[in-house]
Amino acid sequence: MASFFTSRLFFVSLALVVIAATLPLYVSGYVLGLLTVAFYFGVFAMAWDLLFGFAGEVNFGPTFLIGVGAYTAGILNAQFGWSVYLCIVLGALASVVAGLVLALPALRVRGPYFGLTTLVAVLMLQNFVVVFADLTGGEIGLTIPDVITINAGANYWIALGFMTISAAILYGLSQSPVGLVLQASGQDPVQAGALGFNIVKHKLAAFIVSAFFSGLSGALLVFYFGTASVGTVVDVAVGVNVIVSAVLGGRRTVLGAALGAIFLIVAGEFLRPTGELATFIVSAVALLVVLFFPGGFLGAALSREARS
Amino acid sequence: MRAFQILIDGFAISALYALGATGFTLIFGVSGVLNLSHGAIMVAAAVAAWAAASILGVGTYAGALIGVGVALLTAFATYFAVVKPIQDSRRIPNEEKEIFVLTGTLLWGIMIQELIAYFFTNNAKTVLPIVEGVVEILGVRTPRNEIFTAIVCCLVIGLLWLLVNRTRTGKAVLAASMNPRGVTLLGLELTNIYIVVWAIYGILAGIAGVLLGMFLGVSSYSVGPLTASAFSIVVLGGLGSVSGSLIAAFVVGYLETLTAYLVSPAYRTIPALLLLVFVMYIRPQGLLGRR
Repeated sequence: MASFFTSRLFFVSLALVVIAATLPLYVSGYVLGLLTVAFYFGVFAMAWDLLFGFAGEVNFGPTFLIGVGAYTAGILNAQFGWSVYLCIVLGALASVVAGLVLALPALRVRGPYFGLTTLVAVLMLQNFVVVFADLTGGEIGLTIPDVITINAGANYWIALGFMTISAAILYGLSQSPVGLVLQASGQDPVQAGALGFNIVKHKLAAFIVSAFFSGLSGALLVFYFGTASVGTVVDVAVGVNVIVSAVLGGRRTVLGAALGAIFLIVAGEFLRPTGELATFIVSAVALLVVLFFPGGFLGAALSREARS
Repeated sequence: MRAFQILIDGFAISALYALGATGFTLIFGVSGVLNLSHGAIMVAAAVAAWAAASILGVGTYAGALIGVGVALLTAFATYFAVVKPIQDSRRIPNEEKEIFVLTGTLLWGIMIQELIAYFFTNNAKTVLPIVEGVVEILGVRTPRNEIFTAIVCCLVIGLLWLLVNRTRTGKAVLAASMNPRGVTLLGLELTNIYIVVWAIYGILAGIAGVLLGMFLGVSSYSVGPLTASAFSIVVLGGLGSVSGSLIAAFVVGYLETLTAYLVSPAYRTIPALLLLVFVMYIRPQGLLGRR
């Protein structure tokens, strides 16, 4: 852990954050808005990587945790008029509770079964949002009266700060003894269990941390957008983007997941002139990375550094 | 009256689910691959059949054949361009190949979906049915197409059973699902068996896709839900167990039809999802699954 503060990765990250922090001084509000969304997505992807990359559990339902956080915060604000900050905190807590409810049965099963259980959770949440349309706004979406701020620069800094702090905590956790146990149990659960580690307890902890950051980020995103809808925080397609971000950026790197998310969102925007082919091109690039650089962006960069 | 209607409609939809899920479970059973581009391949078949019959005007039979052919080619492309490179890759550690196959086939499915949306728009397409008209069974007016769908599904599944249990090729496939290394020791090339399985899979997914296109219609938006429903049926039945997924298909099909008729079509999928969660709680390996 201490060696991280002297590593090249630390200085590169620090430089990137400092450069990113100066952006509002000279780029347009449009670019800032795009990056604000990308940063929240970055947190989704990092939280997912903590669970998959380290605990080896394929969570197909990142948007279950994101959606619970986002909708809880949104509903409390829109229907009860509670203050934004209270709603954000309660959103994150609701996500932790939802994560526990999901994790307790899901962690008893492994591999594809775990994946399916988490996928079903997303489908159920989606159905409930549509069925309880009075409360949730249904398919049209929920309009949220309050926002944190309408200043594009301030929103950008909040998102950047939130992502940086989340990255520091999640990365620190992944490099800590807890992270190492998770990694060991992801690779060989039997052996890790034989060494006396309570694997289920560690995975549960990872799930809760993952849920906390997903829910918090989802709630913040809702107060940035001013609306909550299935298409932006619950849909399976959103979850696919989170997973692709993490694999693209480099699984087991945590920081790479954020890079992948930013790349995915910015690339999608750059390709917008190609119209409907934008998603096709992004998916094709992601598939090529999966096939030829399975370590992802950061994985490839780090292995080159290690070799030299 | 209504009970018969539920019985008949439920049977047709269940048979279609069963056919759609059979190919998916076969590939998993033999090679351990969960193919998340499954829905995309089914939709590709339906859209090809629709385009051939409605735009090119080749007729319903030729259109259906073209649809199945497209599914077969797409299945081969999935295997050779995505699945095999990942399985053969030396840069991906063995224990992570599963997640890479999942991610790879998922991306591949999105690519197919986007291409379909680009060339044929997102609008729903209904393939011209091979048989038209309505007949009355037990006082229920039933479209002939619905009966045709149910019969073809049962026939194809029956043929598959014969192929797997009664032919030499089928026995090789079965052996490979039990012990891949043993099969190679007997001098059979594992890759050849996989190619046969993907061919069977392509044909099954193609027929299921074309029938679905005739029965309910499809659009590029159907890709995700189709994959998800095949996945849940297969897991409910027990991964790799063909008979398990047949049972699960009928359970899910009837549960959905019952809900749609007795409660509301809006709640259609919820009971099946709840059942799935419940089964996961008490029997994580699925109804007939092996652990």
